[in-house]
Amino acid sequence: MGNLSVRNLEAWYGAQKALFGITAEIPEKQITAIIGPSGCGKSTFIRCLNRMHDTLPGAKVSGDILLDGKSIYDQHPVYLRKTVGMVFQKPNPFPSMSIYENVVAGLRLNGERHKEKLRAAAEKSLRMAALWDEVHDRLNYSGVSLSGGQQQRLCIARALAVEPSVLLMDEPASALDPIATQRIEELVSALKKDYTIVIVTHNMQQAARIADLTAFFLNGELVELGPTSEIFTKPKDKRTEDYITGRFG
Amino acid sequence: MKKKKPRASWGDRILRSASGLTAVLVVGIMIWMGWEMFISSRQSLHQFGWAFLGGRVWDPVHRIFGALPFIYGTLVTSLVALVIAGPIGLGVAIFLSEMAPATVRSVVGFLVELLAAIPSVVLGLWGIFVLAPFLGKVVEPWLGKRLGFIPLFHGAPVGVDLLNGGLILAIMILPTIASISREVMTAVPTVQREAALALGATKWEMIRIGVLSYAKSGIIGSVILGLGRALGETMAVTMVIGNMPNISPSLFSTAYSMAAVIANEFTEATYGLYLSALMEIGLILFAITLLLNIFARLLVWSVARGPKGGHLV
Amino acid sequence: MDARRNLLNALMMGIFSLAAVIAVVPLFAVLGYVLKNGLTSLNWAFFTELPGMMGVGGGMANAIIGTLIVVLLASLIGIPIGILAAIYLSEYDRSSWFSTLVRFTSDVLTGIPSIIVGIVVYAAIVVRTKHFSAFSGGVALAIIMIPSVIRATEEMLKLVPHTIREAGDALGIPKWRIILNIVLPTAAKGILTGALLAVARISGETAPLLFTALGNLYYAHSLNEPIATLPLNIYFYAISPYDQWHKQAWAAALVLVFIVIVLNVVARLAFRSRLRKN
Ligand SMILES: Nc1ncnc2c1ncn2[C@@H]1O[C@H](COP(=O)(O)OP(=O)(O)OP(=O)(O)O)[C@@H](O)[C@H]1O
Ligand SMILES: [Mg+2]
Repeated sequence: MGNLSVRNLEAWYGAQKALFGITAEIPEKQITAIIGPSGCGKSTFIRCLNRMHDTLPGAKVSGDILLDGKSIYDQHPVYLRKTVGMVFQKPNPFPSMSIYENVVAGLRLNGERHKEKLRAAAEKSLRMAALWDEVHDRLNYSGVSLSGGQQQRLCIARALAVEPSVLLMDEPASALDPIATQRIEELVSALKKDYTIVIVTHNMQQAARIADLTAFFLNGELVELGPTSEIFTKPKDKRTEDYITGRFG
Repeated sequence: MKKKKPRASWGDRILRSASGLTAVLVVGIMIWMGWEMFISSRQSLHQFGWAFLGGRVWDPVHRIFGALPFIYGTLVTSLVALVIAGPIGLGVAIFLSEMAPATVRSVVGFLVELLAAIPSVVLGLWGIFVLAPFLGKVVEPWLGKRLGFIPLFHGAPVGVDLLNGGLILAIMILPTIASISREVMTAVPTVQREAALALGATKWEMIRIGVLSYAKSGIIGSVILGLGRALGETMAVTMVIGNMPNISPSLFSTAYSMAAVIANEFTEATYGLYLSALMEIGLILFAITLLLNIFARLLVWSVARGPKGGHLV
Repeated sequence: MDARRNLLNALMMGIFSLAAVIAVVPLFAVLGYVLKNGLTSLNWAFFTELPGMMGVGGGMANAIIGTLIVVLLASLIGIPIGILAAIYLSEYDRSSWFSTLVRFTSDVLTGIPSIIVGIVVYAAIVVRTKHFSAFSGGVALAIIMIPSVIRATEEMLKLVPHTIREAGDALGIPKWRIILNIVLPTAAKGILTGALLAVARISGETAPLLFTALGNLYYAHSLNEPIATLPLNIYFYAISPYDQWHKQAWAAALVLVFIVIVLNVVARLAFRSRLRKN
C-alpha cells in the first residue's frame, strides 16, 4: 500500500507554469527525497500528491497520479488526504487545542467519538512520533507550549493518527536546530517500515543520510530520479552532477 | 568616508515635538472626556448615588431621576441587534474571507462597507417611514398571532418600539461585526487552514478547526465592538423607539434608550440637577462603552499578534 | 457518516452565502426608498431657498452650506492632527509603551458614542462661550474623525519601504525633510483615501451636533452662530408632524447619501490607482 505513480504531471499558478511533464514512480515503504534549488517546484510537486495544490485559487493541474493503481483524481480530496498525510515546513499545531486534541483532531473529523479508542490512537501516534515520553504527563497543555522540534513531531503524530499510507513532508526540519533535526531524521527513518515517505529537503546531506531514492528537480522539471547512492555518486545527468557538486544552486 | 552625524536640526525638533504633542493630545482627549463627564454629573451622583441605576421613575417636574428605563431600553435593543447581526455578520465574514472568489469578494465587501457608510439619521428616517409601518401592519400582527403566548411578542403592534430599534441597530452593527471579524479571519495563517485540510477536513471543518478556533477571541472582540456601537448609537434609535420610559417585557412596547434621552432632553434641561442627571446617563454610557472597547480591542489585538504558548488550555 | 459530513459542509456553505445575501438586502432597501422618496421631493428650490415656515415649502440651502462649513472646519482641525499623530507613531516612536498607549486610545476612541463627544464639547465650549456655534460643531466632528485619520495614515506610512528613508538618510537629508518631502508624498494617496473616508463618516453625523451646531433656520453669518446641517435637518424634519417636511427630509437624505457615497467611491478609486502604480 502506498505506491505512487505520477504520469506526465503539469501544474500552474494562474498563467505561470510550475511543473513540466513530471513522470515518476514512488515505491511503497521507501523514503523518496526531493531535492533541487529554491523555486524549482519541489513544494508544488508534493502538494500535487495530496491535491493540496488544487485548493489555491487559480491553480491548475493536468496529467495523472495513481495511488495503488487508482487515480487520485477519482477520489474526493477529503478522503484522499486521509490516505496521503502531510507535514509542513513550519510546525503548525492548532493553537487552541491541547496536545491530545491536536493528535486526535483528524480522527474526530472522521467521526471517532469513542474515548478509549481516541486515547489509544493518540498514544500510539505519539509513540511513533517519538514524542510520547516527553509529553505523556502534559497532554492537556496547549499544542504551542512545546518547543519547535516537539511541535513538529506533534504535527507528525497528528498526521499519523489518521493512519495514512503515504506521508508527505515539505522540509520538515528546516525551521529546527541541529539536534531537533537529527531527531526528526531518526524518526523518518523509523517510519519507513510502515509508510511511503516523500520528503522535500534543501539539505543534500540529509537526503543522502535518510533517503532510499532521490529525485532532482530543476526549473519545474524532474531531471533525474534514482537510488540515492547513484544520484550522489554517479548521476546520469550533467545538471544533477553540477548541482550535487555545488556548481550552482 | 566618515559618516556625518548631523545634530537634530530645528526642523527636526519642531516636527518631532509637534507630532508628539498631537499624540499626547489623543490620550488627553480621552482623559478629558471622562473628566468632563464626571464633573458635570457630580450633582446627580451626589444626590442619588447608586440608586440612580435602579430608579424606575424619570420625572423632571418632581425632580426624581432614575436611569433604569433607559438602561433597559438600551440593553434590550442592543441584545436584539446582537442576536440578529452577530450570526449574520459572522456568516458574511466567513463568506468573504474563506469562500468568495476575488471579484465577488470585492463587490460584496464594498456593499457591506457602503451599508456602514449610510448615516444613522438616514436609517432612522427609513425606520420611521418604511420599517415601522411594515412592522406594525405585517410583521408584528403575524408574530403576535403565532407567538403571542410568549411575553416577548405580547401587546398591540405599533411598529415604533423595541423591535424596530433592535432591527435598525442590527443593520448598523452588522458591517462592524462583518468587517472586523473578516479582518481577524484573514489574519489567520494559511498553514492553519492547510493543516486542517491535510487531515482530511471538509471546507466547513477547515473553517471550524483551522480558522474559527484560531480567531476565536478576535471574533468575540468584533461582536463586542458591535455591541459597543449598538449601545451608544443615538439618532436611529431615538427616531424609532418611541421615547417612553417604559420597562416592558414585550418587544412591541415603546421604550427609551440612554442616548435617546440625552438627545431629546439635553437642551430642555432647565435646572442643574436635571442636566446633571442626563450627564450621569452619559457618564454611564461612556464608562460601559469604554470598558467594552478596551476589552474588545485587546481581544482583537491578541489575534493579530498570534497566540502565546505555555499555558493550559 | 461521510454523507453526513458532506451534507453538513454543503449546508454551512449555503448558510454563509445566504448571510452575504441577507446582509446586502437592507442596503438596497434603504437606498431604494431614499432614491424613490428623495427624487419625488427634490426640486431646485431645495438647493436655493431657505426653509419655509412650519411645514410649508422652501429648501435647505442653508443646511447644505452649513454641512460644508462644519465638515470643512472639522477636517481642517482633525486631518492635520491625525496625520501628525500618525507621523509620530510611525516615524518617531514605533514601539514604546507611550506609542502603544496612543494607538490603543485612538482605537478605543473610535468606539465612544458620538453623542458623548457632543455633550463633552457642549460642556467645554458651548457652556463657556455661552452660545451654540458652528465652531463647537466642527470641534466635535474633528474629535470623531481624528482616530480614523490616525489609523489610516499610520498604516500607509508603514507601507513606505524603509529603503526610501535610508536613501534619504544616506544623502544627509534631515529627518523632517525626509518625512515631509519623501515619505508623506509616497503615502499621499493612501492618506487621502483615509481622510476622505473619515470626511464621509462625519458628513452624516447628527448626534454630536445636537448640542453644538444646534441648527438654524437661516444662514449662519459667523462660526460663532448656530448653524444648520443636513443631518440635523433630516432629524428635525422627520420627527415633525408635517408631511411637507417629511418629504424634505427624504430629499435631504438623498443629497446626504449621495455625498457620502461619492466620497466613499472617490476614496476607493484613489486607493485603487495607488495600488496599480505599485
Ligand atoms: N502561491 C503561488 N502563486 C504563484 N506562484 C507560486 C506560488 N507558489 C509557488 N509559486 C511559483 O512556483 C514555482 C515553484 O515554487 P515551489 O514553491 O514549488 O518551489 P520550491 O522548490 O518548493 O522552492 P523552495 O525550496 O524555496 O521551497 C516558483 O517559481 C514559485 O515562484
Ligand atoms: Mg518549498
